[in-house]
Amino acid sequence: MATDAVTKPQIGDINKYDFRTESNYVFKARKGLDAEIVNQISEIKGEPDWMRDFRLRSLEIFNSKPMPAWGGDISLNFQDIYYYLKPADHQGKTWEDVPEEIKKTFDRLGIPEAEKKFLAGVKAQFESEVVYGSLQEELGKQGVIFTDTDTAVREHPDLVREYISTIIPSTDNKFAALNSAVWSGGSFIYVPKGVKISFPLQAYFRINAENMGQFERTLIIVDEGAEVHYVEGCTAPMYSTESLHSAVVEIVVKKHARCRYTTIQNWANNIYNLVTKRAVAYEGALMEWIDGNLGSRLTMKYPAVYMMEPGARGEILSIAFSSAGQHQDAGAKVVHCAPDTSSRIISKSISKNGGRSSYRGLVKVESGAQRSKSSVVCDALILDPQSRSDTYPYIEVDEQDVSIGHEASVSRIGEEQLFYLTSRGLSEPEANTMIVNGFIEPLIKELPMEYAVEMNRLIELQMEGSVG
Amino acid sequence: MSQALTITDLHVATSEGKEILRGVDLEIKRGEVHALMGPNGSGKSTLGYAIMGHPGYTVTRGNITLDGKDVLAMDPTERARAGIFLAFQRPMAIPGVKMADFLRHAATNVRRPDRKEGEDLIPMREFRKELNEKMSQLRMDKEFARRYVNEGFSGGEMKRAEILQLAMLRPQFAVLDETDSGLDVDAVRLASQSIADIGGQDMGILIITHHEHLLEHNRPDFTHVMLGGRIVETGGPELAVELHKKGYDRIRAAYPAAAAAEDAMREQDAEASSAIGSTN
Repeated sequence: MATDAVTKPQIGDINKYDFRTESNYVFKARKGLDAEIVNQISEIKGEPDWMRDFRLRSLEIFNSKPMPAWGGDISLNFQDIYYYLKPADHQGKTWEDVPEEIKKTFDRLGIPEAEKKFLAGVKAQFESEVVYGSLQEELGKQGVIFTDTDTAVREHPDLVREYISTIIPSTDNKFAALNSAVWSGGSFIYVPKGVKISFPLQAYFRINAENMGQFERTLIIVDEGAEVHYVEGCTAPMYSTESLHSAVVEIVVKKHARCRYTTIQNWANNIYNLVTKRAVAYEGALMEWIDGNLGSRLTMKYPAVYMMEPGARGEILSIAFSSAGQHQDAGAKVVHCAPDTSSRIISKSISKNGGRSSYRGLVKVESGAQRSKSSVVCDALILDPQSRSDTYPYIEVDEQDVSIGHEASVSRIGEEQLFYLTSRGLSEPEANTMIVNGFIEPLIKELPMEYAVEMNRLIELQMEGSVG
Repeated sequence: MSQALTITDLHVATSEGKEILRGVDLEIKRGEVHALMGPNGSGKSTLGYAIMGHPGYTVTRGNITLDGKDVLAMDPTERARAGIFLAFQRPMAIPGVKMADFLRHAATNVRRPDRKEGEDLIPMREFRKELNEKMSQLRMDKEFARRYVNEGFSGGEMKRAEILQLAMLRPQFAVLDETDSGLDVDAVRLASQSIADIGGQDMGILIITHHEHLLEHNRPDFTHVMLGGRIVETGGPELAVELHKKGYDRIRAAYPAAAAAEDAMREQDAEASSAIGSTN
């Protein structure tokens, strides 16, 4: 069984998404990373001095920091990467304004379905700039700001300046510093007090140039009593040389506000996906991360919630699927800084064809955070003996009066389950796929409909040829 | 060509090499109802597993054919698509997989045996309509379709779910392994009636049971008694009634060799379990 599986072409897993359309770049920075490139990026964007200074400071921090000594193996030549590309002069205002090439790419990804349904809410990022984005008029009327972060720097400089890098400072880690130096695009959302947005705000990201890093910067501020659900989905084409995706996502969830951030990422097998995501939640607020990671050569991502005031809650649902040549080092971080805060982490990982999935999680309870509650459940499903799953749970508790639970399980697909399904006419691969889809159902049912369908399709593609 | 499931001199062992079936001969024609009775551990469930192709059981001798085709050469998927069905005594839970989704895949595959993975399923609307009809005939709540396969099901719910699968897949030959256990009297009556409705003239059925209730609406054309891995006696419906009322004492006395084999198997089991017990 195993040998047959190994002979199947692994990249076939995402062949469906493995295509490239010609892009006319208006501007393409030279390869490499230094002050000149950073200045150039800032110059072209016409940024104010404070942002340029922020970038340059961050570059220094990046240069001074060592590579992380834990997680996965990273072999990247930072001088062999393009840090900035600009695909078109202006942002498209309507669908008709969007260049044909880009539409074609979106078509191949099946984006128009979502487009139809959420036309007004959809923002899609092509390369480093947002080329299409039309805000529902209603959002504007309610005072909601939903734009790309570059535009936000121009049009809402005070808001951006007040919050950017306050949640994830450039000094946090090497890749946060890198992002801070060369960031481009990403979403900026401000939801005013008491405004509840009833439909998910969506964005699509896509890397489509060889050796090009994508460094989007997302900043979401949910003011008191407000609610928002933001969804990002990524599929990336396959290339032979290294590629780097290193995003920073910062979220502020104020008193009694709610924020849900959903990600489905399916990176090509050569991409390093090194992302820092963190939210702070204030009194009675709820922050939820739903994080699905497929593909990539190495993903290191641990969405975090810092519960700053009493009654704050954090929930993180994380799914990782790793196949041949892939390492998913994913997990979650929850930090209880105030009394009566609660958190829940559910992590599910699937490893097949020699893939490696690791759960790495931190539960931290600060002194004084009485009556804090935290529960962690991590389940791993390993599909063959070549594959691997590890769990690294870190628990640091400086308070007596707390309740913390941790459960972990590792399982394989049982012979009896397979027999039951095949005895009903399902083929063995189909039965395996069904069991895997069932395994991640707790995440799937939290997704908006079209993402759930997409996710199931991605799992099917990932599962093809998994059983010989 | 006779439309029949034919079992000839079937010997079956577990993967540990323990012989369970020791030469079973049985022919079920479409439209016939056969009852299979016998004490616990006599090999009834093993016969069901062997017919369906459970990987934990090895056929060491003999044949199974379906309308002349070699069933033993088929994997469980192919057997299901060829029209063979086993209602499990203890069905497996498949967490996170909805009954409706599972049934839609199963029904599509069985009706289109050449289907490859990823090819279209029965259109959703058509499937839903059929599923709702079948569920209402079985007096099952619509909510049932959205539950995860056998997860958290009561014993009775599991059995009704198996009958629902029988109704949706409409096999040519079905083995029902104690589909009455765990059901109350009313539920058994409903199950019995449902199986009769589903079966009709097109289906050959082998009912494994300890009771006669399931046979109420499925009057067996033949009743077989299994002892020590062999069918030792075959009779009509009156045999099922007799066994239900009087037990297997007469059978044991009449077939001492089979009874001895049965006892030997049981002792082996006891030794194996005490050995496991002592090492733990």
